[in-house]
This record gives sequence, C-alpha cells and structure tokens, in this order.
Amino acid sequence: MGAGHGHVLYRESTSPVHRLPPEVKIVAMVVFTIAVVATPRAAFWAFGAYALLVAAVAALARVGPRWLLSRALIELPFVLFAVALPFLGTGERVEVLGLRLSEDGLHGAWNILAKGTLGVLASLLLAATTTTRDLIVGLDRLHCPQVLTQIATFMLRYLDVLVGEARRMRVARISRGDDPRFLWQLRGFAAGIGALFLRAFERGERVYLAMLSRGYTGRMPAVWQGDGAATAGQWLVAATVPVVAAAIAATAVVLT
Amino acid sequence: MIGVVQTALSLDVRGVRYAYPDGHVALHGVDLTVPRGDRVALLGPNGAGKTTLVLHLNGILTPTEGSVRVGGLAVTPDRATLAEVRRRVGIVFQDPDDQLFLPTVAEDVAFGPANLGLRGAELAVRVDEALAAVGMSEHRARAPQHLSFGQRRRVAVATVLAMHPEILVLDEPSSNLDPAARRELAEILRGLPVTLLMVTHDLPYAAELCDRSVILDGGRIVADAPTLDLLGNETLLARHRLELPYGFTPQP
Repeated sequence: MGAGHGHVLYRESTSPVHRLPPEVKIVAMVVFTIAVVATPRAAFWAFGAYALLVAAVAALARVGPRWLLSRALIELPFVLFAVALPFLGTGERVEVLGLRLSEDGLHGAWNILAKGTLGVLASLLLAATTTTRDLIVGLDRLHCPQVLTQIATFMLRYLDVLVGEARRMRVARISRGDDPRFLWQLRGFAAGIGALFLRAFERGERVYLAMLSRGYTGRMPAVWQGDGAATAGQWLVAATVPVVAAAIAATAVVLT
Repeated sequence: MIGVVQTALSLDVRGVRYAYPDGHVALHGVDLTVPRGDRVALLGPNGAGKTTLVLHLNGILTPTEGSVRVGGLAVTPDRATLAEVRRRVGIVFQDPDDQLFLPTVAEDVAFGPANLGLRGAELAVRVDEALAAVGMSEHRARAPQHLSFGQRRRVAVATVLAMHPEILVLDEPSSNLDPAARRELAEILRGLPVTLLMVTHDLPYAAELCDRSVILDGGRIVADAPTLDLLGNETLLARHRLELPYGFTPQP
C-alpha cells in the first residue's frame, strides 16, 4: 500500500519474514516477549541467547543493526530510572569502579534494561516487516474485538487528514502574526487544539452519515479477512522463534 | 400504462416537508420527479435546504409530511426497505475524505456492495467495474490520502457505483477541483448509464451536464425548467442568490 511514501518504521522488502502473514508474527512477538519477561534476571546466559535469536530474525528480515539500534533509543526515557537503581537500592554493597553500589539495585537495573531492550527490539522487528494496515488485518484475524481494530483503522486513515488540518491552521495562525514563544502566549495554540477537536468531531459525524448511506448497519463486513490467512505451515515456521524462547525461559527457571 | 409511467421515474418526491427538532422548517413541501436516465441539476444558494433534501432521498431523514419514492419503492423507516433504498440511491458527499474512510481504495469501494451481502468473486467484479468506470483501476491498492483531490472524488463516485444505484446523487461535485479534474469528472459522469441528480451552485457545470435544472430556495422548488432557459433568466437567478461567473454566457 502507498508505495513510495515514507514509513517511519516499515522497511520495504520481500524477505521471508516480510512474507509471513501478520497474525503469526504478532503471536510470535507476544509469546517471545512473555518468555523474556518470565526469565529470572540472574540467568544472564538466557538473555544472551534471546539477543542471538533477535539478531538471527533481524538478519533473516534484512534489517540492519544500525537501523534497529537507532530506533531502539525510543526506550531511553523509560529505562532512565533504571540507572538510578544501583545508587538508591538497599542491601549488600559491591565495589564497582570505585563506587559502592547496591547489588540488588544492579540486578534490578539489569532486569529492566535487558527485558525492555529485548521487548523493544522484538516490536521493532514486527513493525519493520509488517505494514500498519497488515497489523490491523492480523489483529482482526486473531479475533481482536472489532471495535478496537475499527478504531485503529480509522486512526490509520484519518491521522494524515488531521495532521494536515493542524498544519494548515498553524500556518494560518502564524500568517496573522502569532508567534508563541512563551507559555503565556500559547492561547492561540490551545484554541487551535479545541477547534481541531471540534472539526474531528464534526468529520466523524459526516463520515458516519456517508457510511450509513452505503448501507452500514453497525458491523463492518469482513471483506478481505479470509484472503491469505496463515496456513498451518506458516504457523509452524513462525513458531520456531517463540518455541526456542520458551525453551530458554523454561531452562532458566529450572536452573536458577 | 400508469404502472409503466410509475416505474420509469427514478425519483418521485411529493410534498416533502421537514422541520428540524428545534422547530426550524427546512423544507416546505418539495415536489420533484426525475425520470430514469435523466440528468437533473438541483440549484440553490447556501442554506436553501439542498443537503436536507438529499438526506431524505435515502431515508437518513424522514419527512414530517409527504413521501419519497425511489424507482417506485416508497422510502419507509423499516430496516429492509432502508437497505434497498440505500442501494438504489448512491450519494456522493462533498468532501471525499468523509466518504473514503478505509485504508485502501479497493476496500472502500467494496464496503457498499459488501454491506449488500456480496462476497468473493462477485464482490471483486463489482469493485473492478466501478473503478474502471471512473478510470481509477491502477490505483486500487493505494491509500486515499495519497491520491489527488480529483482522484479521490472519482473514487468516491466509484464507491457508490459499485452498489449499482438507480440514481446517483452528487453533492457539489465540482467543488475544489482544478479545471482539468473538473472536465475529467464531467466526461466520466456523462458516460455513466445512470440517472443523475447533481446538487450544485456551479451554474456552468449544471449547463454542461444537465438538460434540466430545478431551483430550491427557502425550502421550496421555485423553478423547474431546461437549464439554459433558467440560466438565461438573470432576474430569476438574482432573486435566488445565484449568479453566472463573470464573462460567462450560456450557449446551447
């Protein structure tokens, strides 16, 4: 869809991972993440194995490490407080580079950092190999409640329209000399947000009228749902990743 | 004979009166007939009640008094009738972004016929023929927001053509189009084998496409005549806030 247009996360390619139906990739990603989260934090070798698994899938999907790691930076604000844990933690202290740090805190920080990073990498791989549209189709095939997939569909369609409206309103504001440089000058911007909300609301009403006019009765017809749904073979292929991850997690639980 | 005459009307609006819940009367007894295969322009200034009338044609609004018949079928508010009426009346709304709400062109064109219960190959045929009719076949997999405005309006026409309507109702079809897109749309509309009701205040476009025009003002039909006769009557146009563009003289 929309070939030639910029995607932030999706990488156009025909790799084996790209060609898998979206629903199996979603399930694989979720199971993988659960396995990572369930792994005891002291089983360091297990996290190494997960990282290898992610690297293998990335190589198969022809997604480069630079691309992955630069986008994984998004987790930084969320894991920042992990850095504070070794200093704030209680319990036994260990000497690291001349600093006396809490051992428990170090473990806690490692736990958040490792699991968070692996989860983000897995999600990025899913996003890099699946278009947003396919993600919604996949969720639909997994019998995700239709209300949710419909909201996601509308968001996908109208985000550009809304962003365009917001941009035009901003240009119109600036053209009339608005230049909010201080917090107390934000009145115009705030009123713009309000106007944008009202416009979106009114558009919603018009879209609904247009849908009614084409015979909408409250349920979306499941038109393309059947097309290209995953075969048993594809499920098996995609199952390798979560199965290996689950095995690693189980071994780690048993060993520690 | 009478039976034949009745079914030969795509649209038969009789004495339709409509008052909004707040008491404001938008339509004061509108009579309008459109024979099958005709192209009629519905002219009128802003606030004349044009959109209100259009929403009566497929039962979204129910008249306070009077009746609407589409291809002989009376519009009543029960589910089965409404479904059939909404198949017969294809409304193309003014803003294609309101009409095209799904992520790809093909999905949106399939929405209407799928609501009619079509599936599989039958549905695919409908989508293909509707997109071909507006010359948009090669854009079927694209996202509506990535099309030009003129292309989006053509897809909007296709979304209702796919339902095989008895009558196509277009709300301001020429608005926001550049001259070339305007001409392309006119060529497409002229080639469609359907009855057409075009709501507009673009008088040259009405003259280009429709032999007959009606003027709606203040909730009443105030004129119903060949388009060129109406456009030649400057006093009548001026009385209803309609004007020809500067330098335009209607010619047969």
